[in-house]
Amino acid sequence: MRVAAAFAARHRWRRAEIAFWVFAFVAWAVLSRQAPIGNEIAILALFALSLDLILGYAGIVSLGHAAFFGAGAYAAGLFAKHLSGDPLLGLAVAAGVATVLDFATSFLVLRGSDLTRLMVTLGVALVLGEIANKATTITGGADGLQGVVIAPLFGLFAFDLTGRTAFAYSLVVLLVLFVVARRIVNSPFGASLRAIRDNPLRAAAVGIPVRRRLVAIYTIAATYAGVAGALLAQTTQFVSLDALAFDRSADVLLMLVIGGPGWLYGGIAGALVFKIAQDVFSGLTPQYWHFWLGLVLVVLVLTGRERLHERIARLVRGRRGAVPVPPGGDAVRADRV
Amino acid sequence: MLTILFDGVAYGMLLFVLAVGLSVTLGLMNFVNLAHGAFAMAGGYITVVLMSRYGVPFVACLPVAFLAAGALGAVLERTLYRRLYDRPHLDHVLFSIGIVFMAVAAVDYTMGSQQQNVRLPPWLSGRFDVAGVGIGRYRAFLIAICGALVVALQLVVSRTRFGSRLRAAVDDRRVARGLGIPVDAIFAGTFAVGSGLAGLGGALGAEILGLDPTFPLKFMIYFLIVVTVGGTRGIVGPFVAALVLGLADVAGKYYVPASGVFVIYTLMIAILLVRPQGLFARPR
Repeated sequence: MRVAAAFAARHRWRRAEIAFWVFAFVAWAVLSRQAPIGNEIAILALFALSLDLILGYAGIVSLGHAAFFGAGAYAAGLFAKHLSGDPLLGLAVAAGVATVLDFATSFLVLRGSDLTRLMVTLGVALVLGEIANKATTITGGADGLQGVVIAPLFGLFAFDLTGRTAFAYSLVVLLVLFVVARRIVNSPFGASLRAIRDNPLRAAAVGIPVRRRLVAIYTIAATYAGVAGALLAQTTQFVSLDALAFDRSADVLLMLVIGGPGWLYGGIAGALVFKIAQDVFSGLTPQYWHFWLGLVLVVLVLTGRERLHERIARLVRGRRGAVPVPPGGDAVRADRV
Repeated sequence: MLTILFDGVAYGMLLFVLAVGLSVTLGLMNFVNLAHGAFAMAGGYITVVLMSRYGVPFVACLPVAFLAAGALGAVLERTLYRRLYDRPHLDHVLFSIGIVFMAVAAVDYTMGSQQQNVRLPPWLSGRFDVAGVGIGRYRAFLIAICGALVVALQLVVSRTRFGSRLRAAVDDRRVARGLGIPVDAIFAGTFAVGSGLAGLGGALGAEILGLDPTFPLKFMIYFLIVVTVGGTRGIVGPFVAALVLGLADVAGKYYVPASGVFVIYTLMIAILLVRPQGLFARPR
């Protein structure tokens, strides 16, 4: 009974969380002129959330998460261009494509050590990027996929230039998928993932099917990434090679690390900070904003990102409520290459 | 056909010189240093600046590139890298990506984003024929220099006292430390030499690989392939991996130009599937 009670307690929504989501929708209502950037933040947050599922909860370091983002983006773009402009249908198709692709690659990724994983995830993303680059007749190559037209949502709300429909659409999708992710990580399934992250050997010893669990969460995460990519394709009505680039994988890793992996809000907070910082820095020095990004990363790692996050988490949550699990976790320890 | 073989070997040897430092870093300290290419870029730009602004001859630039990149590596290792050795891999990745971003932006800011050219001296440009096979003089020069380096490195690692300490430290850091081997000092030394070799490789490769601020990002994957495929124990593994990679890349680009870099990525994934620990490593 105590176990059931503990799981029930994890499921309860805290006041701060509810306040956060209310705030997000108020932002939509009030900041109508910043809608395009809000839309982008919501999409990046979903993408970072997807990485959090595998990095923060299962301890898989991926350098090629953009593969699934890009796959979703191209799937949604091509679907809208050639078959139907219905946004929700396109979203489902993109999610399906990303899921299938991921299930196929998960067997490559989930073997070997950290380093092999890094390489294989990176390699998969690069191969996809190269395919998209060369298959110009289908993807438009370096010019990007043009002529994507998305029909109004439910036949009522058009995706116009103000971006308000887009923002609301992305925000609602983010909320729905967030609720699902929250249920997943707080379920017994999520608990078994954390066990695997902290010590795969012991997890296997207590009877957790390690490989199957990892494949499952990896596939779920890729579906999320695919949906995020599809949202970008639909709301901008354009797909470029950028969707598959290494920068995108690195950026999302960065966002997640800024926000702290392993507590779901990390990706959202990170995306928010990242996008605003990008806006400010690129306003200062348009071309060289990556320098400041790199500096932030180096300083963040050197000062110890765990300590920083614990302090912030304590501020946010008060004394009640557990401190988020240490980001990174033991599963990404160094001794296993 | 033979020309391709020759170019591939030259390219592979160049990749080896660029990547060998990374292999030691990874094998010895288990540090995933994605910023290795930044040292190579430093070497390349030093050569370009010395040649175009101060008129230093190309061959004289090479040792300077080696020393400067090595010094840069030593300073960074002592001040920053060494704090991170027992951190998780994720921290290594983030830290070195940060370094790469900073290096790319800094070079872009100071040197501009255009492609830099190295003007080779006349005795190194052009081709000559040996038994009907066209051989680029510069390619031959590369093979000679890199070949000498490979032999020298192999001798140092296998024959000297320093080499045997290094091998002991790579095999088992803790036991080596227990035996009184100064692992930290050995590592600082090899990190500097590895960075220096990367700098030398950058200087030598500016002509073939091209040199612009995105160099570290563009070639990161090549270095990592050499290391992951070749394993991190000793010199031979990475050397063979670099040769295979060089040959596959040159041949792929020649015979199936449409495939681009596709060939090598697929090759890498295939090899890692069969041998996740690399071609030559014994599984631990």
